[in-house]
Amino acid sequence: MSDSDLNSPTATLDTSPADIEREAQHHRRRMTLNMGPQHPSTHGVLRVLLELDGETVIRAYPDIGFLHTGIEKQCETRTWHQVVPLTDRVDYLANMSNNLVYALAVEKLLNVQDEMPQAVQMMRVLLAELQRINSHCVWLGTHALDIGAMTVFFYCFREREDVLRIFEMFSGQRMMTSYIRPGGLALEPPRGWDKAVRKFIDAFPEKVDEYEDLLDKNPIWLRRTKGVGFVPLQDLIDWGVTGPMIRGAGVPWDIRKDEPYSGYEKYDFRVPTLTENDVWSRYRVRMEEMRQSAKIVKQALDGMPDGPWQLDIPRVTLPDREKMKTQMEALIHHFKIVTEGMKVPAGEAYQAIESPRGEIAYYVVSNGSSHPHRVFMRTPSFGNLQVLPPMVEGKLIADTIASMGSMDFVLGDVDR
Amino acid sequence: MISDQVREIPVVSALVAQLPDAITAGTLRLKELTLEVDPTRIVEVCRFLKEDQKLNRLSAITGVDLYPVEPRFEVIYFLHSMERRGERLRLNCRLHGDNPEIDSVTPVWPGANWYERETFDLFGVRFRNHPNLTRIMMPDDWEGHPLRKDFPIHGHRYSYKDE
Repeated sequence: MSDSDLNSPTATLDTSPADIEREAQHHRRRMTLNMGPQHPSTHGVLRVLLELDGETVIRAYPDIGFLHTGIEKQCETRTWHQVVPLTDRVDYLANMSNNLVYALAVEKLLNVQDEMPQAVQMMRVLLAELQRINSHCVWLGTHALDIGAMTVFFYCFREREDVLRIFEMFSGQRMMTSYIRPGGLALEPPRGWDKAVRKFIDAFPEKVDEYEDLLDKNPIWLRRTKGVGFVPLQDLIDWGVTGPMIRGAGVPWDIRKDEPYSGYEKYDFRVPTLTENDVWSRYRVRMEEMRQSAKIVKQALDGMPDGPWQLDIPRVTLPDREKMKTQMEALIHHFKIVTEGMKVPAGEAYQAIESPRGEIAYYVVSNGSSHPHRVFMRTPSFGNLQVLPPMVEGKLIADTIASMGSMDFVLGDVDR
Repeated sequence: MISDQVREIPVVSALVAQLPDAITAGTLRLKELTLEVDPTRIVEVCRFLKEDQKLNRLSAITGVDLYPVEPRFEVIYFLHSMERRGERLRLNCRLHGDNPEIDSVTPVWPGANWYERETFDLFGVRFRNHPNLTRIMMPDDWEGHPLRKDFPIHGHRYSYKDE
Protein backbone atom coordinates (compact mmCIF):
# COMPACT_ATOMS: atom_id res chain seq x y z
CA MET A 1 0.00 0.00 0.00
CA SER A 2 1.41 3.31 -1.01
CA ASP A 3 1.12 6.57 0.90
CA SER A 4 -1.62 7.85 -1.41
CA ASP A 5 -3.72 4.76 -0.69
CA LEU A 6 -3.56 5.45 3.01
CA ASN A 7 -4.63 9.02 2.51
CA SER A 8 -7.54 8.16 0.29
CA PRO A 9 -10.93 8.20 2.07
CA THR A 10 -11.75 4.56 1.27
CA ALA A 11 -8.79 3.31 3.24
CA THR A 12 -9.97 5.00 6.40
CA LEU A 13 -13.78 4.66 6.09
CA ASP A 14 -14.03 1.09 4.96
CA THR A 15 -11.35 -0.88 6.82
CA SER A 16 -11.17 -4.64 6.66
CA PRO A 17 -8.86 -6.72 8.93
CA ALA A 18 -6.56 -7.14 5.97
CA ASP A 19 -6.33 -3.38 5.63
CA ILE A 20 -5.45 -3.01 9.30
CA GLU A 21 -2.78 -5.64 8.96
CA ARG A 22 -1.41 -3.90 5.89
CA GLU A 23 -1.47 -0.59 7.68
CA ALA A 24 0.37 -2.09 10.64
CA GLN A 25 2.99 -3.43 8.22
CA HIS A 26 3.23 0.01 6.70
CA HIS A 27 3.92 1.61 10.06
CA ARG A 28 6.39 -1.09 11.04
CA ARG A 29 8.62 0.06 8.27
CA ARG A 30 12.13 0.75 9.44
CA MET A 31 12.60 4.23 10.75
CA THR A 32 15.75 6.28 10.38
CA LEU A 33 16.48 8.40 13.41
CA ASN A 34 19.02 11.14 13.72
CA MET A 35 20.55 11.03 17.15
CA GLY A 36 22.48 14.24 17.56
CA PRO A 37 24.44 16.30 16.68
CA GLN A 38 22.75 18.13 19.56
CA HIS A 39 21.56 15.19 21.61
CA PRO A 40 22.56 15.60 25.28
CA SER A 41 23.80 12.04 25.71
CA THR A 42 26.33 12.35 22.89
CA HIS A 43 28.28 14.81 25.06
CA GLY A 44 29.30 17.09 22.28
CA VAL A 45 28.49 17.14 18.62
CA LEU A 46 28.30 13.54 17.52
CA ARG A 47 25.62 12.50 15.07
CA VAL A 48 24.58 8.88 15.01
CA LEU A 49 22.27 7.74 12.24
CA LEU A 50 20.16 4.95 13.66
CA GLU A 51 18.02 2.64 11.61
CA LEU A 52 15.32 1.30 13.88
CA ASP A 53 12.82 -1.52 13.77
CA GLY A 54 10.54 -0.60 16.63
CA GLU A 55 12.92 -0.14 19.52
CA THR A 56 15.66 -2.31 18.09
CA VAL A 57 18.67 -0.73 16.43
CA ILE A 58 19.29 -2.39 13.07
CA ARG A 59 22.15 -0.22 11.93
CA ALA A 60 24.14 2.57 13.54
CA TYR A 61 26.34 4.96 11.60
CA PRO A 62 28.38 7.48 13.60
CA ASP A 63 28.99 10.71 11.70
CA ILE A 64 31.86 12.72 13.14
CA GLY A 65 33.80 15.81 12.16
CA PHE A 66 31.52 18.55 13.47
CA LEU A 67 34.22 19.72 15.86
CA HIS A 68 37.14 19.41 13.44
CA THR A 69 39.30 22.50 13.89
CA GLY A 70 42.39 21.39 12.00
CA ILE A 71 44.60 21.35 15.09
CA GLU A 72 47.17 19.16 13.34
CA LYS A 73 47.43 21.69 10.50
CA GLN A 74 47.70 24.57 12.96
CA CYS A 75 50.56 22.82 14.76
CA GLU A 76 52.63 23.02 11.59
CA THR A 77 52.47 26.82 11.63
CA ARG A 78 53.53 27.21 15.27
CA THR A 79 56.92 26.92 16.94
CA TRP A 80 57.53 23.86 19.07
CA HIS A 81 56.60 25.67 22.27
CA GLN A 82 53.55 27.35 20.76
CA VAL A 83 51.99 23.96 20.05
CA VAL A 84 51.45 23.33 23.79
CA PRO A 85 48.24 25.41 24.13
CA LEU A 86 46.78 23.59 21.11
CA THR A 87 47.28 20.22 22.79
CA ASP A 88 45.04 21.35 25.68
CA ARG A 89 42.19 21.80 23.28
CA VAL A 90 42.36 18.32 21.81
CA ASP A 91 40.93 16.48 24.79
CA TYR A 92 39.55 19.19 27.01
CA LEU A 93 38.94 16.79 29.88
CA ALA A 94 42.51 15.51 29.90
CA ASN A 95 44.69 18.58 29.27
CA MET A 96 47.54 17.47 31.48
CA SER A 97 47.75 14.11 29.70
CA ASN A 98 47.88 15.85 26.34
CA ASN A 99 50.51 18.34 27.55
CA LEU A 100 52.51 15.46 28.96
CA VAL A 101 52.50 13.28 25.86
CA TYR A 102 53.52 16.18 23.63
CA ALA A 103 56.30 17.18 26.02
CA LEU A 104 57.56 13.59 26.16
CA ALA A 105 57.51 13.23 22.38
CA VAL A 106 59.48 16.44 21.84
CA GLU A 107 61.93 15.56 24.61
CA LYS A 108 62.47 12.21 22.92
CA LEU A 109 63.43 14.00 19.70
CA LEU A 110 65.69 16.40 21.63
CA ASN A 111 67.16 13.37 23.41
CA VAL A 112 66.96 15.05 26.82
CA GLN A 113 64.50 12.69 28.51
CA ASP A 114 67.18 11.11 30.69
CA GLU A 115 68.28 14.44 32.10
CA MET A 116 64.83 15.41 33.34
CA PRO A 117 64.97 16.37 37.05
CA GLN A 118 63.29 14.01 39.48
CA ALA A 119 60.97 16.72 40.77
CA VAL A 120 59.63 17.44 37.29
CA GLN A 121 58.94 13.78 36.63
CA MET A 122 57.11 13.29 39.91
CA MET A 123 55.09 16.45 39.51
CA ARG A 124 54.07 15.34 36.02
CA VAL A 125 52.88 12.01 37.37
CA LEU A 126 50.99 13.74 40.18
CA LEU A 127 49.22 16.11 37.78
CA ALA A 128 48.45 13.39 35.24
CA GLU A 129 46.82 11.28 37.95
CA LEU A 130 44.81 14.22 39.31
CA GLN A 131 43.68 14.68 35.72
CA ARG A 132 42.57 11.06 35.58
CA ILE A 133 40.50 11.56 38.73
CA ASN A 134 39.02 14.73 37.25
CA SER A 135 38.14 13.06 33.96
CA HIS A 136 36.65 9.96 35.59
CA CYS A 137 34.53 12.19 37.86
CA VAL A 138 33.10 13.97 34.83
CA TRP A 139 32.53 10.65 33.11
CA LEU A 140 30.77 9.06 36.08
CA GLY A 141 28.57 12.08 36.72
CA THR A 142 27.40 12.45 33.13
CA HIS A 143 27.12 8.71 32.49
CA ALA A 144 24.93 8.25 35.57
CA LEU A 145 22.87 11.26 34.52
CA ASP A 146 22.28 9.69 31.11
CA ILE A 147 21.03 6.50 32.72
CA GLY A 148 18.83 8.37 35.15
CA ALA A 149 20.75 8.70 38.42
CA MET A 150 20.91 12.41 38.94
CA THR A 151 22.47 12.77 42.40
CA VAL A 152 25.80 11.22 41.40
CA PHE A 153 26.36 14.10 39.03
CA PHE A 154 26.39 16.66 41.86
CA TYR A 155 28.68 14.54 44.01
CA CYS A 156 31.17 14.01 41.18
CA PHE A 157 31.27 17.64 40.13
CA ARG A 158 31.94 18.63 43.74
CA GLU A 159 35.23 16.70 43.63
CA ARG A 160 35.97 17.77 40.10
CA GLU A 161 35.74 21.38 41.26
CA ASP A 162 38.41 20.66 43.89
CA VAL A 163 40.77 19.30 41.24
CA LEU A 164 40.10 22.28 38.99
CA ARG A 165 40.92 24.62 41.88
CA ILE A 166 44.24 22.82 42.33
CA PHE A 167 44.94 23.19 38.59
CA GLU A 168 44.05 26.86 38.79
CA MET A 169 46.48 27.25 41.65
CA PHE A 170 49.26 25.71 39.57
CA SER A 171 48.71 27.26 36.19
CA GLY A 172 46.19 30.09 36.58
CA GLN A 173 43.75 28.15 34.39
CA ARG A 174 41.08 25.68 35.35
CA MET A 175 40.98 23.68 32.14
CA MET A 176 43.41 24.89 29.48
CA THR A 177 46.40 24.50 31.75
CA SER A 178 49.39 24.30 29.33
CA TYR A 179 51.39 23.53 32.45
CA ILE A 180 53.55 20.61 31.35
CA ARG A 181 55.88 21.78 28.60
CA PRO A 182 58.85 20.42 26.68
CA GLY A 183 61.76 20.91 29.06
CA GLY A 184 59.87 20.75 32.33
CA LEU A 185 57.00 22.68 33.86
CA ALA A 186 55.74 26.11 32.89
CA LEU A 187 56.16 27.64 36.34
CA GLU A 188 57.46 26.77 39.73
CA PRO A 189 54.60 25.22 41.75
CA PRO A 190 52.84 27.84 43.90
CA ARG A 191 53.37 28.15 47.62
CA GLY A 192 51.08 25.84 49.59
CA TRP A 193 50.35 23.49 46.66
CA ASP A 194 51.27 20.43 48.72
CA LYS A 195 48.74 21.28 51.44
CA ALA A 196 45.97 21.73 48.89
CA VAL A 197 46.75 18.44 47.15
CA ARG A 198 47.07 16.57 50.45
CA LYS A 199 43.76 17.88 51.73
CA PHE A 200 42.04 16.72 48.55
CA ILE A 201 43.71 13.35 48.25
CA ASP A 202 43.22 12.38 51.90
CA ALA A 203 39.50 12.93 51.58
CA PHE A 204 39.06 11.49 48.07
CA PRO A 205 38.95 7.69 48.65
CA GLU A 206 35.94 8.18 50.93
CA LYS A 207 34.24 10.15 48.19
CA VAL A 208 34.60 7.18 45.84
CA ASP A 209 32.86 5.09 48.48
CA GLU A 210 30.07 7.63 48.46
CA TYR A 211 29.61 7.28 44.70
CA GLU A 212 29.51 3.54 45.06
CA ASP A 213 26.93 3.75 47.84
CA LEU A 214 24.70 5.59 45.41
CA LEU A 215 25.13 3.15 42.54
CA ASP A 216 26.39 -0.31 43.45
CA LYS A 217 23.12 -1.57 44.90
CA ASN A 218 20.79 0.61 42.91
CA PRO A 219 18.54 -1.86 41.04
CA ILE A 220 17.89 0.56 38.17
CA TRP A 221 21.61 1.16 37.68
CA LEU A 222 22.32 -2.58 37.77
CA ARG A 223 19.64 -3.40 35.20
CA ARG A 224 20.74 -0.61 32.90
CA THR A 225 24.42 -1.63 32.99
CA LYS A 226 24.82 -5.39 33.54
CA GLY A 227 25.16 -7.35 30.31
CA VAL A 228 24.71 -4.20 28.20
CA GLY A 229 27.18 -3.13 25.54
CA PHE A 230 28.94 -6.45 25.11
CA VAL A 231 31.41 -6.88 22.25
CA PRO A 232 33.64 -10.00 21.97
CA LEU A 233 37.20 -9.35 23.12
CA GLN A 234 38.75 -10.28 19.76
CA ASP A 235 36.57 -7.66 18.07
CA LEU A 236 37.64 -5.04 20.58
CA ILE A 237 41.29 -5.76 19.76
CA ASP A 238 40.68 -5.78 16.00
CA TRP A 239 38.87 -2.45 16.23
CA GLY A 240 41.81 -0.97 18.13
CA VAL A 241 40.02 -0.24 21.41
CA THR A 242 42.18 0.90 24.33
CA GLY A 243 41.97 2.00 27.93
CA PRO A 244 39.30 1.10 30.51
CA MET A 245 37.20 -0.54 27.78
CA ILE A 246 39.80 -3.20 27.07
CA ARG A 247 40.59 -3.62 30.78
CA GLY A 248 36.88 -4.15 31.39
CA ALA A 249 37.18 -7.08 28.97
CA GLY A 250 39.92 -8.76 30.97
CA VAL A 251 43.14 -7.56 29.30
CA PRO A 252 45.48 -6.02 31.92
CA TRP A 253 47.05 -3.70 29.36
CA ASP A 254 48.09 -0.36 30.75
CA ILE A 255 50.86 1.71 29.14
CA ARG A 256 51.89 2.95 32.59
CA LYS A 257 52.95 -0.63 33.38
CA ASP A 258 54.03 -1.93 29.96
CA GLU A 259 55.98 1.03 28.62
CA PRO A 260 56.60 3.15 31.72
CA TYR A 261 57.26 6.86 31.18
CA SER A 262 58.05 9.64 33.69
CA GLY A 263 59.11 7.05 36.26
CA TYR A 264 55.80 5.17 36.58
CA GLU A 265 57.76 1.98 37.25
CA LYS A 266 58.63 3.33 40.71
CA TYR A 267 55.05 3.62 41.91
CA ASP A 268 53.06 0.92 43.60
CA PHE A 269 49.68 0.56 41.93
CA ARG A 270 47.47 -2.11 40.47
CA VAL A 271 45.82 -2.34 37.03
CA PRO A 272 42.19 -3.25 37.70
CA THR A 273 40.58 -5.66 35.25
CA LEU A 274 37.24 -7.41 34.99
CA THR A 275 36.10 -9.99 32.47
CA GLU A 276 32.39 -9.21 32.11
CA ASN A 277 33.02 -6.84 29.20
CA ASP A 278 29.86 -4.78 29.63
CA VAL A 279 28.89 -1.30 30.78
CA TRP A 280 29.01 -2.49 34.38
CA SER A 281 32.59 -3.81 34.19
CA ARG A 282 33.79 -0.58 32.56
CA TYR A 283 32.16 1.33 35.41
CA ARG A 284 33.84 -0.88 38.01
CA VAL A 285 37.25 -0.57 36.31
CA ARG A 286 37.08 3.22 36.31
CA MET A 287 35.99 3.38 39.94
CA GLU A 288 38.98 1.27 40.94
CA GLU A 289 41.26 3.39 38.73
CA MET A 290 40.23 6.46 40.70
CA ARG A 291 41.34 4.77 43.91
CA GLN A 292 44.63 3.68 42.33
CA SER A 293 45.23 7.20 41.00
CA ALA A 294 44.70 8.59 44.49
CA LYS A 295 47.30 6.11 45.71
CA ILE A 296 49.81 7.25 43.07
CA VAL A 297 49.20 10.92 43.86
CA LYS A 298 49.87 10.23 47.52
CA GLN A 299 53.15 8.45 46.73
CA ALA A 300 54.27 11.26 44.45
CA LEU A 301 53.34 13.83 47.06
CA ASP A 302 55.22 12.06 49.85
CA GLY A 303 58.36 11.58 47.80
CA MET A 304 58.42 14.98 46.08
CA PRO A 305 61.92 16.49 46.12
CA ASP A 306 62.62 20.21 45.83
CA GLY A 307 63.11 21.61 42.31
CA PRO A 308 64.56 22.39 39.82
CA TRP A 309 61.30 22.50 37.87
CA GLN A 310 62.91 22.83 34.45
CA LEU A 311 65.81 21.47 32.50
CA ASP A 312 68.79 23.79 32.53
CA ILE A 313 69.53 23.46 28.83
CA PRO A 314 69.71 26.85 27.09
CA ARG A 315 68.60 25.58 23.67
CA VAL A 316 65.39 24.11 25.14
CA THR A 317 64.16 26.20 28.05
CA LEU A 318 64.15 29.89 28.82
CA PRO A 319 67.01 30.89 31.12
CA ASP A 320 66.58 31.88 34.72
CA ARG A 321 65.40 35.49 35.12
CA GLU A 322 68.29 36.38 37.38
CA LYS A 323 70.87 34.97 34.95
CA MET A 324 69.25 36.81 32.09
CA LYS A 325 69.90 40.12 33.80
CA THR A 326 73.53 39.38 34.62
CA GLN A 327 74.89 37.15 31.84
CA MET A 328 75.11 37.99 28.18
CA GLU A 329 74.82 34.35 26.99
CA ALA A 330 71.59 33.89 28.90
CA LEU A 331 70.14 36.98 27.27
CA ILE A 332 71.14 35.72 23.83
CA HIS A 333 69.52 32.32 24.46
CA HIS A 334 66.36 34.01 25.68
CA PHE A 335 66.26 36.19 22.58
CA LYS A 336 66.83 33.21 20.27
CA ILE A 337 64.09 31.08 21.84
CA VAL A 338 61.56 33.90 21.90
CA THR A 339 62.16 35.18 18.36
CA GLU A 340 63.10 32.02 16.47
CA GLY A 341 61.85 29.23 18.66
CA MET A 342 63.76 26.20 19.77
CA LYS A 343 65.30 24.03 17.08
CA VAL A 344 64.60 20.31 17.27
CA PRO A 345 66.90 17.80 15.52
CA ALA A 346 65.43 16.20 12.40
CA GLY A 347 63.74 12.88 12.92
CA GLU A 348 60.49 11.39 14.07
CA ALA A 349 59.26 10.11 17.41
CA TYR A 350 56.19 8.25 18.57
CA GLN A 351 55.27 8.55 22.22
CA ALA A 352 52.29 6.82 23.80
CA ILE A 353 50.91 7.31 27.29
CA GLU A 354 47.85 6.13 29.18
CA SER A 355 45.28 8.90 29.19
CA PRO A 356 42.02 8.53 31.17
CA ARG A 357 40.44 7.23 27.96
CA GLY A 358 43.16 4.92 26.70
CA GLU A 359 46.23 5.11 24.52
CA ILE A 360 47.01 8.68 23.57
CA ALA A 361 50.04 8.99 21.34
CA TYR A 362 51.70 11.81 19.46
CA TYR A 363 53.81 11.19 16.39
CA VAL A 364 56.00 14.22 15.81
CA VAL A 365 58.14 14.74 12.73
CA SER A 366 60.86 17.38 12.68
CA ASN A 367 62.85 18.60 9.72
CA GLY A 368 65.34 20.36 11.95
CA SER A 369 63.63 23.74 11.98
CA SER A 370 61.85 25.63 14.72
CA HIS A 371 58.42 24.40 13.57
CA PRO A 372 57.13 20.84 13.61
CA HIS A 373 56.83 19.31 10.13
CA ARG A 374 53.91 17.16 11.27
CA VAL A 375 52.19 16.44 14.57
CA PHE A 376 49.87 13.45 14.44
CA MET A 377 47.63 12.83 17.41
CA ARG A 378 46.50 9.28 17.94
CA THR A 379 43.62 10.01 20.24
CA PRO A 380 41.86 7.32 22.27
CA SER A 381 38.31 8.54 21.66
CA PHE A 382 38.67 8.28 17.87
CA GLY A 383 39.81 4.67 18.10
CA ASN A 384 37.21 3.72 20.70
CA LEU A 385 34.23 5.33 18.99
CA GLN A 386 34.70 3.12 15.91
CA VAL A 387 33.42 0.14 17.84
CA LEU A 388 30.00 1.77 18.43
CA PRO A 389 28.15 0.01 15.55
CA PRO A 390 29.08 -3.56 16.61
CA MET A 391 28.26 -2.61 20.19
CA VAL A 392 24.73 -1.30 19.66
CA GLU A 393 23.43 -3.05 16.52
CA GLY A 394 20.72 -5.58 17.30
CA LYS A 395 20.16 -4.16 20.79
CA LEU A 396 17.56 -1.81 22.21
CA ILE A 397 17.83 1.90 21.53
CA ALA A 398 17.89 2.73 25.26
CA ASP A 399 21.03 0.60 25.58
CA THR A 400 22.70 2.76 22.94
CA ILE A 401 22.77 5.60 25.49
CA ALA A 402 24.29 3.38 28.17
CA SER A 403 26.85 1.93 25.72
CA MET A 404 27.89 5.34 24.46
CA GLY A 405 28.31 6.58 28.01
CA SER A 406 30.52 3.64 28.89
CA MET A 407 32.90 4.47 26.04
CA ASP A 408 33.69 7.84 27.62
CA PHE A 409 34.58 9.70 24.45
CA VAL A 410 35.24 13.41 24.18
CA LEU A 411 34.30 14.86 20.83
CA GLY A 412 37.19 17.29 20.79
CA ASP A 413 39.39 14.25 21.08
CA VAL A 414 37.60 12.50 18.21
CA ASP A 415 37.54 15.37 15.74
CA ARG A 416 40.67 17.35 16.69
CA MET B 1 69.00 -0.87 3.01
CA ILE B 2 68.54 -2.87 6.16
CA SER B 3 71.45 -2.66 8.57
CA ASP B 4 72.68 -5.81 10.30
CA GLN B 5 71.58 -4.47 13.65
CA VAL B 6 68.00 -4.17 12.41
CA ARG B 7 68.15 -7.49 10.53
CA GLU B 8 68.88 -9.31 13.79
CA ILE B 9 65.60 -8.23 15.38
CA PRO B 10 63.37 -11.36 15.36
CA VAL B 11 60.37 -9.68 13.72
CA VAL B 12 62.50 -8.27 10.90
CA SER B 13 64.36 -11.52 10.24
CA ALA B 14 61.10 -13.47 10.14
CA LEU B 15 59.56 -10.90 7.80
CA VAL B 16 62.58 -10.89 5.47
CA ALA B 17 62.60 -14.69 5.38
CA GLN B 18 58.88 -14.87 4.55
CA LEU B 19 58.51 -11.92 2.16
CA PRO B 20 62.02 -11.14 0.90
CA ASP B 21 61.24 -8.26 -1.49
CA ALA B 22 58.57 -6.49 0.53
CA ILE B 23 60.90 -4.65 2.88
CA THR B 24 63.07 -2.02 1.22
CA ALA B 25 64.67 -0.41 4.25
CA GLY B 26 64.73 -0.57 8.01
CA THR B 27 65.95 1.83 10.67
CA LEU B 28 66.19 1.81 14.44
CA ARG B 29 66.25 5.36 15.75
CA LEU B 30 65.40 6.58 19.26
CA LYS B 31 64.66 2.91 20.08
CA GLU B 32 61.85 2.95 17.51
CA LEU B 33 61.84 0.43 14.70
CA THR B 34 60.65 1.62 11.29
CA LEU B 35 60.41 -0.57 8.21
CA GLU B 36 59.91 0.80 4.75
CA VAL B 37 57.47 -1.40 2.87
CA ASP B 38 56.78 -1.76 -0.83
CA PRO B 39 53.28 -0.17 -1.13
CA THR B 40 51.98 -2.98 -3.35
CA ARG B 41 52.72 -5.58 -0.66
CA ILE B 42 51.31 -3.81 2.40
CA VAL B 43 48.35 -6.13 2.96
CA GLU B 44 50.53 -9.26 2.82
CA VAL B 45 53.02 -7.72 5.23
CA CYS B 46 50.30 -6.65 7.67
CA ARG B 47 48.60 -10.02 7.54
CA PHE B 48 51.87 -11.83 8.21
CA LEU B 49 52.77 -9.51 11.09
CA LYS B 50 49.34 -9.86 12.63
CA GLU B 51 48.86 -13.59 12.28
CA ASP B 52 52.42 -14.89 12.59
CA GLN B 53 54.31 -12.28 14.56
CA LYS B 54 51.63 -11.41 17.13
CA LEU B 55 51.71 -7.71 16.29
CA ASN B 56 47.98 -8.02 16.64
CA ARG B 57 46.80 -4.46 17.20
CA LEU B 58 46.79 -1.58 14.75
CA SER B 59 47.28 1.56 16.77
CA ALA B 60 46.79 4.10 14.01
CA ILE B 61 47.38 4.98 10.35
CA THR B 62 48.38 8.41 9.21
CA GLY B 63 50.18 10.27 6.48
CA VAL B 64 53.06 12.70 6.16
CA ASP B 65 53.49 15.05 3.22
CA LEU B 66 57.12 15.60 2.20
CA TYR B 67 56.31 18.11 -0.56
CA PRO B 68 58.20 18.98 -2.81
CA VAL B 69 60.22 15.75 -2.51
CA GLU B 70 58.96 12.86 -4.64
CA PRO B 71 57.57 10.34 -3.82
CA ARG B 72 55.90 12.85 -1.60
CA PHE B 73 53.50 10.90 0.62
CA GLU B 74 54.35 8.63 3.49
CA VAL B 75 51.56 6.40 4.78
CA ILE B 76 52.51 5.22 8.23
CA TYR B 77 51.10 2.23 10.10
CA PHE B 78 51.65 2.02 13.85
CA LEU B 79 51.55 -1.61 14.99
CA HIS B 80 51.53 -2.86 18.53
CA SER B 81 51.66 -6.28 20.15
CA MET B 82 49.15 -7.00 22.90
CA GLU B 83 50.95 -10.27 23.70
CA ARG B 84 54.57 -9.14 23.84
CA ARG B 85 53.74 -6.08 25.87
CA GLY B 86 55.21 -2.81 24.77
CA GLU B 87 56.55 -4.04 21.43
CA ARG B 88 55.84 -1.58 18.66
CA LEU B 89 56.65 -1.41 14.97
CA ARG B 90 56.14 1.29 12.40
CA LEU B 91 55.57 0.57 8.71
CA ASN B 92 56.20 3.26 6.20
CA CYS B 93 55.00 3.29 2.57
CA ARG B 94 56.12 5.98 0.13
CA LEU B 95 53.59 7.02 -2.52
CA HIS B 96 54.03 9.19 -5.58
CA GLY B 97 52.11 12.47 -5.62
CA ASP B 98 50.48 11.97 -9.07
CA ASN B 99 48.07 9.27 -8.05
CA PRO B 100 48.59 8.26 -4.44
CA GLU B 101 46.88 4.89 -4.09
CA ILE B 102 47.45 1.97 -1.76
CA ASP B 103 45.54 -1.16 -0.77
CA SER B 104 43.33 -0.90 2.26
CA VAL B 105 44.21 -3.01 5.31
CA THR B 106 40.59 -3.13 6.51
CA PRO B 107 40.40 -6.87 5.64
CA VAL B 108 43.16 -7.41 8.22
CA TRP B 109 42.00 -4.96 10.88
CA PRO B 110 38.45 -3.56 10.71
CA GLY B 111 39.71 -0.73 12.95
CA ALA B 112 41.75 0.64 10.03
CA ASN B 113 38.47 1.94 8.56
CA TRP B 114 38.35 5.41 10.10
CA TYR B 115 42.09 5.95 10.04
CA GLU B 116 42.16 5.30 6.30
CA ARG B 117 39.17 7.57 5.78
CA GLU B 118 40.95 10.28 7.74
CA THR B 119 44.15 9.88 5.72
CA PHE B 120 42.11 10.02 2.52
CA ASP B 121 40.25 13.11 3.70
CA LEU B 122 43.24 15.10 4.89
CA PHE B 123 45.95 13.92 2.44
CA GLY B 124 44.05 12.63 -0.58
CA VAL B 125 45.60 9.18 -0.48
CA ARG B 126 43.12 6.68 -1.97
CA PHE B 127 42.75 3.28 -0.33
CA ARG B 128 41.71 0.54 -2.75
CA ASN B 129 39.01 -1.90 -1.55
CA HIS B 130 38.02 0.31 1.34
CA PRO B 131 34.36 -0.34 2.25
CA ASN B 132 33.39 3.33 2.56
CA LEU B 133 36.06 5.76 1.41
CA THR B 134 34.34 9.09 2.09
CA ARG B 135 35.40 12.25 3.88
CA ILE B 136 35.27 11.94 7.63
CA MET B 137 36.46 15.27 9.07
CA MET B 138 35.73 17.79 6.33
CA PRO B 139 32.31 18.40 4.69
CA ASP B 140 31.50 16.03 1.81
CA ASP B 141 31.82 18.71 -0.87
CA TRP B 142 35.09 20.18 0.40
CA GLU B 143 37.72 20.76 -2.26
CA GLY B 144 41.32 19.85 -1.58
CA HIS B 145 43.03 17.98 1.20
CA PRO B 146 43.96 20.23 4.13
CA LEU B 147 47.03 18.50 5.52
CA ARG B 148 48.88 18.66 2.22
CA LYS B 149 51.71 21.12 2.44
CA ASP B 150 50.48 23.01 -0.63
CA PHE B 151 47.05 23.60 0.93
CA PRO B 152 46.81 27.22 2.14
CA ILE B 153 46.48 27.97 5.84
CA HIS B 154 44.59 31.21 5.34
CA GLY B 155 42.18 32.53 2.77
CA HIS B 156 40.37 29.36 1.83
CA ARG B 157 36.81 30.19 0.84
CA TYR B 158 34.02 27.77 1.45
CA SER B 159 30.28 28.24 1.17
CA TYR B 160 28.16 25.72 3.03
CA LYS B 161 25.80 24.01 0.61
CA ASP B 162 22.81 24.18 2.95
CA GLU B 163 22.99 27.93 3.40
